[in-house]
Amino acid sequence: MCDLAMFLGEQVKIMNGVEGFMYPNEIGLQWSVLIVLYPFITGLVAGAFILASLERVFHVEAVKPTYRLALLTALSFLIVAPLPLQLHLGHPERSPEMYFTPHSTSAMAMFGYVYLWYLMAVLVFEIWLDYRRDIVLLSRSSRGFLRVIYKVMTLGSDNISPRSLHIDEKVGWIVTLIGIPSAFLLHGYVGFIFGSIKANPWWSSPLMPVVFIFSAMVSGIAGVMLIYMAVTKLRKQAIDVHCVDSIAMYLFYIFIIDFSLEMLDLIHRIYEAGESFRSLNFMVHTKLYFSHIVVQIILGTVTPLALLFITQVVKLSEKVRKRIYVASACLALMGIFAMRWNVVIGGQLFSKSFLGYTTYKMALVTREGSLVAVGLSILPLFILWALIKLLPPWSTEHHPQQAATGD
Amino acid sequence: MSVLKDARHLFRFAGLFVLAFITFLAIRHYVVPPSFGQYGHYRGNAISDIAARPIKFAGHQACETCHTDVLDAKSKGKHAHVNCEACHGPLARHAEDPASVTPVKPDTAVLCARCHTATAAKPKGFPQVDPADHSNGVACETCHQPHSPAISGSNAPSAGGAK
Amino acid sequence: MNLSRRHFLVLMPAAAIAWKAVLAGTPEQAENYKLSEHWWGMLIDVPKCIGCGNCVRACAAENDVPEGYFRTWVERYHVSDENMTNPEVISPDGGKEGFPVVKEDEKKYFFVPKMCNHCADSPCTQVCPVGATFVAPDGVVLIDQTYCLGCAYCVQACPYGCRYIHPEKKVADKCTLCYHRITKGLTTACCESCPTGARQLVDLKNPKDPIHEFLKTHSVQVLKPQMATGAKAFYYELDGSVR
Repeated sequence: MCDLAMFLGEQVKIMNGVEGFMYPNEIGLQWSVLIVLYPFITGLVAGAFILASLERVFHVEAVKPTYRLALLTALSFLIVAPLPLQLHLGHPERSPEMYFTPHSTSAMAMFGYVYLWYLMAVLVFEIWLDYRRDIVLLSRSSRGFLRVIYKVMTLGSDNISPRSLHIDEKVGWIVTLIGIPSAFLLHGYVGFIFGSIKANPWWSSPLMPVVFIFSAMVSGIAGVMLIYMAVTKLRKQAIDVHCVDSIAMYLFYIFIIDFSLEMLDLIHRIYEAGESFRSLNFMVHTKLYFSHIVVQIILGTVTPLALLFITQVVKLSEKVRKRIYVASACLALMGIFAMRWNVVIGGQLFSKSFLGYTTYKMALVTREGSLVAVGLSILPLFILWALIKLLPPWSTEHHPQQAATGD
Repeated sequence: MSVLKDARHLFRFAGLFVLAFITFLAIRHYVVPPSFGQYGHYRGNAISDIAARPIKFAGHQACETCHTDVLDAKSKGKHAHVNCEACHGPLARHAEDPASVTPVKPDTAVLCARCHTATAAKPKGFPQVDPADHSNGVACETCHQPHSPAISGSNAPSAGGAK
Repeated sequence: MNLSRRHFLVLMPAAAIAWKAVLAGTPEQAENYKLSEHWWGMLIDVPKCIGCGNCVRACAAENDVPEGYFRTWVERYHVSDENMTNPEVISPDGGKEGFPVVKEDEKKYFFVPKMCNHCADSPCTQVCPVGATFVAPDGVVLIDQTYCLGCAYCVQACPYGCRYIHPEKKVADKCTLCYHRITKGLTTACCESCPTGARQLVDLKNPKDPIHEFLKTHSVQVLKPQMATGAKAFYYELDGSVR
């Protein structure tokens, strides 16, 4: 009789995906794939902005062709960023409470203000300042509803005198300068949201915000590089090889820093072998093996690093270099997404008793399911397409088409 | 002055911010609950809201007001500190209006077994028996009066301890 | 029932009046309840727990706790003296219907009731972005469910796993120390229904509280002291293997 009860108990345990012991309330995961997607998206925003600031503040002329595209990419992703959060909340209609009564001890409370600051006072402001001349010209030349849109965007000012443009340039420089720490804050606070939770040893680390920021830069730079190459090809223009060479170099060095930080965290954990180490180590070798060791580290970090390293030390043809850049950027993006997955989902797979593990059952068509996640990942690209149409990053003059050999 | 003329668009942009900020403050004034911040960073009235929730367990003092005879019997036996509703379940509605709710007598086969089934996990000194061995299927209340469970007299069975 | 008729006729109306006052939320005691005069905690006497699950059932009944979620639960430990860092722990349905019978072996068994520790330096209130959860002035950690967004940050921040998101209300939920009872002079549902006195409510600001006296004269521990949460659920004879 008691054996049957024990046996049935075991079956129930295996049925709901729990191995070992978990506190009863811990069995279902609280933060889903949408909460994985959110830092990935804000990471792309921050990284794209840093790439744009390379040209504007640090005068890296080589990356100039991607400047406007990087800003529009950042804006497209930033617009989508709150959506996974709203879909996750039990009461999204109460989210304005974060604006009205933000709790000063909560890192999450600063989301509303940091987001709004970054959106309006940095990104929209900078895009507006850089595009203002084009907007005014377009408001004169376009017709119909589009004309109304452009007119509104001019804020009623028709002034594109050299002096006003000069002022725009100076102010834009300051905005970009302020934008760099703002971008770090926009994404760094997310790292702090995880890093400051003493209850969760997989998350709790002072390195977390720094790792998040550097991996964000990797993803943003890789993302903009891919978008630039794709859009340029779609426009049947020649890719500025000097530009992508430059971007790839920055990608490589920032990736090294990111990898070093993550390895430092890992080595520190293994060496100190604290209370949670045995449980976490087991988790990484079993439940997280594929996503952490295979996808994040081997395919998503070491491989692109090795590929980029080759392009930095061996002289290769343009065609080969471009192919390697595309491969590395794709792998890097996959690796950074896997990193977010391993942090968010991994942090909830083990019990805070360090005695058990659970399983993440990702549904397909629910509010927080995989279909929604895929949809939210693609949505920014549609918004980017619309923004490119509305605010073309390139001048409307005809570019002489270079014979693209082996593009 | 020409600087201002060429920077007028910037002032308009800033003006949008100021307008938005003022609108925000106005909305905030109306939306934030009045008792917010009374004791700390939370809605002060939440405390009384939570305190006003309905009660399901009457508490043994409510039972003892009426059922004094049971109280007398219980206080002499081993179940003296077992409260009424530990066995009889939540009965606040009965305490409020005894006629409206007639409590159902618990089934001793299930009830007693919960506490007194012998297992190595329970503290050694705690009275526990193997229900099958102990009574051969006879209901517990045949020999044990639940309110004062000790069996007096020469036919007191030996305490079946944990296996 | 053997009440004499006279007893009945006298006691009934008196009890009814008193009880109506309790249920209406304005009893004699509640009117005099001052937040600043109380500092609530709980004593859990581990050797007394028999794993009957009364507390889990009583809490679920008193507070309409949804199936599969737990404001309190009981864990059973099976510990070897050679391997104290690796106990076997089970909590079948939170211990609601008790535990399966086991045979004696060379390891030790004991039960550990768990609940919200009503931490004085609560990490869950620290992380709430809007101020929906808070430490009330009398030491109880509460949730304002009309204000909670359901972001689950507090659930992540609790080291003890005592919080959950209510599946229907979609807000955070947890043990309230039966606040609606203790402010009226009653004890919590779990303490009321515990047959062995393993759970006892304590008012740390009341010098006459007998449990206060117990705490002063016995060795007690809190769960995960290294988290420095100021936990106020005190465990008597808590084994070192307890997580």
